[in-house]
Amino acid sequence: MSTTHVSKEHLEAPAAPPAPNRLKDLGRQLLGTRRVIVGLVLLALLALFAFLGPLLSGWEVGERDFTDMLAAPSPEHWMGTNETGQDIFTRTTAGLRKSLLIGLLVAVLTTGFAALVGSFAGYFGGLVDKGLMWVADLALVLPNFVILAILSTHFAGNGGWFVLVILLAVFSWMVTSKMVRGMTISLREREYIHAARFMGVPPHRIILRHILPNMSSLLIADATIMVSAAIIGETALSYFGLGVHARRQPRRRDRRRFAVRHHGWWMFAFPAMLLVVMVLAVNMIGDGLRDALDPSSKSRRS
Amino acid sequence: MSTDTVTTTDAPSTGRGDDAPVLEVTDLTVTFPGLNDTTDVYAVRGVSYAISRGEVLGIVGESGSGKSVSSMAAMGLLPDHARITGSVRLHGEEILGLDDRAMARKRGRVISMVFQDPLSGLTPVYTVGDQLAEAVLVHDPKTSRARARARAVELLELVGIPNPEQRYRSFPHEFSGGMRQRVMIAMAMANDPDVIICDEPTTALDVTIQAQILELLRTAQRETGAAIVMITHDLGVVAGFVDRVLVMYAGRPVEMGAVDEIYYSSRMPYTMGLLGAVPRMDLDRQGALVPIQGTPPSLSDLPPGCPFAPRCPIAQPECELAEPDLLPIGDQPSAEFIRAVHDGTPAPASAADDVHDTGVQRSACVRSGEIAENAWTARDIYPVPEIPDTPVSAVRRDDRAEMLRVAELIKHHPLTKGTVFRRRVGTVYAVDGIDFDIREGETLALVGESGCGKSSTLMQIMGLERPQGGTIEVMGQNTAGLSRSARFALRRDMQIVFQDPMSSLDPRMPVFDIIAEPLRTHGESPSEVTRRVYELIDLVGLNTEHATRFPAEFSGGQRQRVGIARALALEPKLLVLDEPVSALDVSIQAGVVNLLEELQARLGLAYLFVAHDLSVVRHIADRVAVMYLGRIVEIGDTHSIYTRPSHPYTQALLSAIPIPDPEKERARTHIVLDGDLPSPANPPTGCRFRTGARSSSHSPRTNRSSA
Repeated sequence: MSTTHVSKEHLEAPAAPPAPNRLKDLGRQLLGTRRVIVGLVLLALLALFAFLGPLLSGWEVGERDFTDMLAAPSPEHWMGTNETGQDIFTRTTAGLRKSLLIGLLVAVLTTGFAALVGSFAGYFGGLVDKGLMWVADLALVLPNFVILAILSTHFAGNGGWFVLVILLAVFSWMVTSKMVRGMTISLREREYIHAARFMGVPPHRIILRHILPNMSSLLIADATIMVSAAIIGETALSYFGLGVHARRQPRRRDRRRFAVRHHGWWMFAFPAMLLVVMVLAVNMIGDGLRDALDPSSKSRRS
Repeated sequence: MSTDTVTTTDAPSTGRGDDAPVLEVTDLTVTFPGLNDTTDVYAVRGVSYAISRGEVLGIVGESGSGKSVSSMAAMGLLPDHARITGSVRLHGEEILGLDDRAMARKRGRVISMVFQDPLSGLTPVYTVGDQLAEAVLVHDPKTSRARARARAVELLELVGIPNPEQRYRSFPHEFSGGMRQRVMIAMAMANDPDVIICDEPTTALDVTIQAQILELLRTAQRETGAAIVMITHDLGVVAGFVDRVLVMYAGRPVEMGAVDEIYYSSRMPYTMGLLGAVPRMDLDRQGALVPIQGTPPSLSDLPPGCPFAPRCPIAQPECELAEPDLLPIGDQPSAEFIRAVHDGTPAPASAADDVHDTGVQRSACVRSGEIAENAWTARDIYPVPEIPDTPVSAVRRDDRAEMLRVAELIKHHPLTKGTVFRRRVGTVYAVDGIDFDIREGETLALVGESGCGKSSTLMQIMGLERPQGGTIEVMGQNTAGLSRSARFALRRDMQIVFQDPMSSLDPRMPVFDIIAEPLRTHGESPSEVTRRVYELIDLVGLNTEHATRFPAEFSGGQRQRVGIARALALEPKLLVLDEPVSALDVSIQAGVVNLLEELQARLGLAYLFVAHDLSVVRHIADRVAVMYLGRIVEIGDTHSIYTRPSHPYTQALLSAIPIPDPEKERARTHIVLDGDLPSPANPPTGCRFRTGARSSSHSPRTNRSSA
């Protein structure tokens, strides 16, 4: 009896406080972390720059200034021009737009798909596991770059970038899904999973509510890495003249430029800087999210 | 100054006054400096003891009380960043602060240690014999390899390993837990040390194996004449084994004395509570256990006064002023004196300067004199909850509704070999035809050692699937013919509480969501969920503000309460308890056991209680089923099983459990079984216990007496 005495006294005043809201709590916590704020602000600024930049500049993406080829930054060309006289500023904003869309979308799609495939394979085991992992192995064996190259030229066009996002995602989920599968197999035997099963929680809810949240650190880390991997993948395609429409190339590359590069530092310094800032911002948000989701993490307020 | 303790060993009883102590620890403190902005952890604060040849000292305390750290410090095994002060003298020579090389020469030869986990104590890539021979060679490089080898075989034989010549070439993984612990003890004995420190040597082992190991430690002591420091949380192990006891709490010794003094006339409320909290296997109707409220203080943020004061039922204002010293009974300063010192009056020199171990009973409680005068016991100072009788206990058992019936249940796992061409090479008979039933409002305990099939049985029952063989009927419904929705509905009536409160709660979910999950799953409305969750939180003795916290922020006992609340959410009629208290400290365990009994009485629950701890079982169960290698060897009501066990395995099991009562424990003769449990993949033919039985004439009858 005495075990409940203490608590009863506490409970007299508020009969039944409202249910705590996990999402609201999580949001508040996220916005309370400086890193997340800085990351979000940086990302917002980048997006602003990418979408408003072209309006400010007087140059079109493909337009050439034949009077100013390979010129250093000047009031006329804020970030200089390349050797064909194209304005670097305009080209950078155009490339950044694509990189933002492709990087973030591919990361979310890839990680989400990998998490689902891996956890279902790991949780159910048996034939489901065999089938899904067979598909993953198959996808791993395929020469994905060649396939990407062929398919992307086929789809090049107006909605081409979205097809490219899907293609990039389709070819990069396998390794993560195998990791997720391994972790699921070890989590599956935890007692809280047994408890959920014994109270009748259906398998898909167990996976979404218990298994995936418990590997959120891995998933977030994977997604942040995926952002830069996707940008690099897309850039590599563009480098070979594939990928997104040839005239809207991502900012860092021109096809035949090795020789010229050291002549004009502005040609790669500005785009590279923006890429670094973008990856940094994504990492900051990822870190903050991981800490907010992990109750045992130290930076969490108690 | 010879003590009046009766030594349980055949070692020549040495007067403590004659020879100098082998190991003398004086005012030892260990502090782990905090990193960055975390505070320092004061793990050990002023431990002093002296131990002479042939003596056995027990250091008792709950987890986190600093008992292991203090002995690691004495062995020089703590990491470099730990700040250690005080003095540790081995044969009068100061060893604290010796460099690692000098210390290595002492370790193993003069002072050796037996660790808790025998698996991580042995290197997996060398044979057991070579590791033993190495222990010999390291301290005496001139010995020839053949001599070292012969000594290793001799040691293996001494610790009771059968076929030592052949087992010399075995690798650690080929040994069972008990056998590995034997090897560890052999290694500790290898160079005839003067002191052997045993850090929870039997905690990871089954009771029958524990009895073997304790017997072996007695042999080791007899052979080497060494002093033994026995560190344990198990008050039963200490009772029969040691001469003197040191009780630790929050890094400090709070009471010290001869084992009889501590057990029969403790003068420290903490020790008294601890002894009252232990369920007793030797008492039939013990009543409610003595729970100690609260949890031990954090070692980085200690209260200024007595660390036990916040949990102490007889604390006075003076207890919070200054930490009491470990002083002989009656020598504690008066309350006025403490107030005077606290207010800044220059204190006259007190006896506190004498930190040496003198051998008389001492206790760190300002009211120890008062306790001695009034001869208070734990039940006098602790409020003991009253647990009402189960309402259904008045009804005859046969007339009560059947909650669960298991008949001829079978679970065999195939053992296969090869990956491409799988072939069956054998069968693990995990559960091999068991029958039992549970009626409304009663508790059936399923007891047995690890690997006997307890957990497999539970998983079969909780799965509500068609079993491999036999039938499971829950609330009269056969699980074999259940439809999906019927199975889902039936889950409401049967819930489970797991053993490990750490892994049974999702670490990413706040307590509210954990308790709400079963309710949401079964489609309760949000307002109903909220109301019920707070009701449950209150029912299991937690506070409303706990709802938003995560499992990691709770102590083990509190977590187990959350687990119980979750299991009760759907108002089940049958609760399956899978070793619910075995991971908890004694004082916390008592609170949970009381809670379970109270809930049973209030809600009329039926329990299927799975445990290996027969003391808890006697306390809580109405009926007991003893399992051995996948079969129930004996089933009956608790009283008759404990007073008249008819199967030799039950007898051995009961006999192996140490009783926390020194006199009774010394008077008992333990039936020590030979060897390990046979593998469930290769059970002996005929009676399964045949190989473990010492008495050859027994018939496998079951004690089926109904309640």
